[in-house]
Amino acid sequence: MNLATHGAALQAAAGHGFLSPSGVEIVFLLVGVVTLGAAVLTVTTRQLVHAALWLVVALGGLAVEYLLLTAEFIAWVQVLIYVGSIVVLLLFGLMLTKAPIGRSPDADSAGRPAALAVAVAAAATLVWVVTDAFRATWIDLDGPAHGSTKVTGQALFRHWVLPFEALSVLLLAALVGAIVLSRKYAAEAGAGPDAGAGTDAGGRAPRTGERQS
Amino acid sequence: MHLVYPAVLSALLFCTGVYGVLARRNAILVLMSVELMLNAVNLNLVAFDAWLRDSLHAGQALTLFVIAIAAAEIGIGLAIVLMVHRARGTSDIDRLRDTSEPAMDRFPDGTGLSGTDPSGAAPARPDDPAGPAATNAEAGA
Repeated sequence: MNLATHGAALQAAAGHGFLSPSGVEIVFLLVGVVTLGAAVLTVTTRQLVHAALWLVVALGGLAVEYLLLTAEFIAWVQVLIYVGSIVVLLLFGLMLTKAPIGRSPDADSAGRPAALAVAVAAAATLVWVVTDAFRATWIDLDGPAHGSTKVTGQALFRHWVLPFEALSVLLLAALVGAIVLSRKYAAEAGAGPDAGAGTDAGGRAPRTGERQS
Repeated sequence: MHLVYPAVLSALLFCTGVYGVLARRNAILVLMSVELMLNAVNLNLVAFDAWLRDSLHAGQALTLFVIAIAAAEIGIGLAIVLMVHRARGTSDIDRLRDTSEPAMDRFPDGTGLSGTDPSGAAPARPDDPAGPAATNAEAGA
């Protein structure tokens, strides 16, 4: 392969072996294969709840990749926020929208071949560009950990205080907005012509029943 | 570590997310694919931060910001999906054809509600020959 010859040619110059990877690279590669497989299963499985569970595997694998890249704090934040809260929110969303348990034949839309073509074309282009651009670049992972909690906290509260505070305001606004969006308006439901008039605790409008019957 | 490993992995994860956003029908599955794309970007940020050894730790700080924004996005997105499901009884994006109120689909411009319904509960109107074809084309776009 073209890349292999380039790597062999660069091996003497850079002092790194492209074809004899280090232990960290092997672990990264194996965890990456697991992560990518879980991601592919997330977007292709026909069981909706299984998609959320495969997403847990993919996000956990990414946390391990962050650990291998010496970003410890990001890894734990990933586990806490993504695996701990976002996937739980997604599972609650699947439950509240009455997602079918088991295989649902209409999980994919009709434009699936076009989506596959777009994704494969984008993947080919991106992988080609990235390997061509960074084939002679190595990350130096030796020395003290670059992303320990102490270092990240010092950088965050020394250089990034203003974006951090702005982000907290954004998060508050988003959560208040989510609460406002999901509460039921009793006055509007009574006054409206038919929209939302029968939005009972089960969350089914009467029109739905008449469309499905 | 060779920089190509994390860069290629994040590119492939991003394209997996692109496929999911384009091919999935359930809105919550689309949100999951968006999370995959955001995670691919995070992996890129962390890898390049470890490569460049930035003294400001810009990559890792931005990764934390992206994670927080993803949490906010998933909260708002799920609230919107739940509201749509409560109002219309479905969270399939193929069937959400119009931005009007639910009463508007009695008019001829609201034909898309029955476009790709696999159960055949609401058949397409006979006076709209481009109905399912247009729906397929728009779903693939």
